[in-house]
Amino acid sequence: MTATPAIEGWFTVGDAPTLLGERCTGCATTYFPPTAAAAGFCRNPGCDSETFEQVPLSRRGTVWSYTDAQYQPPPPYQAPEPFVPFALAAVELPEGMVVVGQVAQGYGTGDLRVGQEVELVVEPEHASEQLIYRWKPVIELGEEADQ
Amino acid sequence: MSGSSTSTIIAGVGMHPWGKWGRPFVQYGVHAARAALADAGIPWTDVDLVVGGETVRNGYAGYVAGSTFAQALGWNGARIATSYAACATGAQAIDTARARILAGMSEVALVVGADTTPKGFLAPNAGERWEDPDWLRFRLLGMTNPAYFAMYARRRMDLYGATQEDFAQVKVKNSRHGLTNPYARYRKEVGVEDVMSSAVVSDPLHLLDICATSDGAAAVVLVSEAYAQRLGLADPVRVAAVSTVTPTFPNTVLDMPMLSTDAGTPGDRTFKQSIGAAAYEEAGIGPEDVDVAEVYDLSTALELDWMEDLGLCKEGEAESLLRAGETTLGGRIPVNPSGGLACFGEAVPAQALAQVCELTWQLRGQAEGRQVEGARVGITANQGLFGHGSSVIVTR
Repeated sequence: MTATPAIEGWFTVGDAPTLLGERCTGCATTYFPPTAAAAGFCRNPGCDSETFEQVPLSRRGTVWSYTDAQYQPPPPYQAPEPFVPFALAAVELPEGMVVVGQVAQGYGTGDLRVGQEVELVVEPEHASEQLIYRWKPVIELGEEADQ
Repeated sequence: MSGSSTSTIIAGVGMHPWGKWGRPFVQYGVHAARAALADAGIPWTDVDLVVGGETVRNGYAGYVAGSTFAQALGWNGARIATSYAACATGAQAIDTARARILAGMSEVALVVGADTTPKGFLAPNAGERWEDPDWLRFRLLGMTNPAYFAMYARRRMDLYGATQEDFAQVKVKNSRHGLTNPYARYRKEVGVEDVMSSAVVSDPLHLLDICATSDGAAAVVLVSEAYAQRLGLADPVRVAAVSTVTPTFPNTVLDMPMLSTDAGTPGDRTFKQSIGAAAYEEAGIGPEDVDVAEVYDLSTALELDWMEDLGLCKEGEAESLLRAGETTLGGRIPVNPSGGLACFGEAVPAQALAQVCELTWQLRGQAEGRQVEGARVGITANQGLFGHGSSVIVTR
């Protein structure tokens, strides 16, 4: 059985996954999560367009900030038993938006800093086989020894 | 300051002590309302408008809070309104009361907020809601409120060189401020090592960096200039400005509970900077005129953010003010003399009103044990989820 995304239409899976944004056909504003088309309006106050096209977002961005969850978040978060702390990052994309995601398995806040480059990956959720997008630190050549 | 024709007058303020009392929110609200009316020396029968701050955790009575308080105090025919703006609820309720007074449609308005809160993390409402960002952030990411606070805190560390000890010092300061405040829930001195040895909730924030949720209530009686004169109020505290602005597009700073920001080129001011700016503009004053500030320290580090957003210092300089003792009682610009959320814990619909109560006591010189000497101008700041700005300037 192939794993399915935890939420439909937010990201692609495979070797080079991307987040899927929506671009307004009127003013070219890009949105993520891709909920603008379903809502039926563009949030730019100077635009009354109602149509959007799906666009893949940049796979790489820079860390705006980061943290972790050391206490188990309440439902509807689906926690593994026992709970395992995990890191979170808010990432600034070249499109000019910041997108929050969990950080890839095996990385914690000690591996992150504001301004650092990260890349989108897709991994199973903490407590299910369903897939979720995550941010993974990009390790430049020469820095690998430090990691 | 603001002219008499454009300001409303704070005739009375009152609170119910913050705590975890487990009683119905209506009881706290009535207690605070009666305290505020007694403080003003105004009979309940004179109140012609009740504005209630809605609580979303207490069933239907909470959704129609204005009516609930009016009925509990005894129907007197007053008009009612109920406001909800998350943490900014109190400011929006004051704004509604003030607008009716300034329009000549009300003489005496009673504004009340009260809450009974559950333990632990504030979680979203039950049910599967795949289009609700507040539900999705928990379901997909496990992104709690403290995780947002922690991200703001981390930026201060990586960009400005703040330390976890700096954040702890905010708690130390506020715990001292609140020591003798009879309405504060936590009245105990806290040391840096207490904060640093408490569990990390979301790196870099410890448990004692993050405010609790509390039961509590606060009320404000606003009156018109004409009514104040008839009452014989001399040199009263005035509401010089209420800012309830929303963001402008694109909002490019990450806001709780969103998973992303708008895309685009940011404007001249962030949303939080625009909240204070609108208040200053309306009051016709600037940050340099402020004697005392009550800001929303949901986390210790957020207090430092607010100081900069209100223009009390330049970006990245809040830690140096803190370290120099400038934001402590006796310093140049005391911040959170009440003890802040660090000593109160948050009672959502009451909190913005509690800030105004504290500043009223400060400006009247009645803040026993925590008085900012000679305070004549005070500002509050907070922000409610989903784009609710909240800043009130009071003057005397």
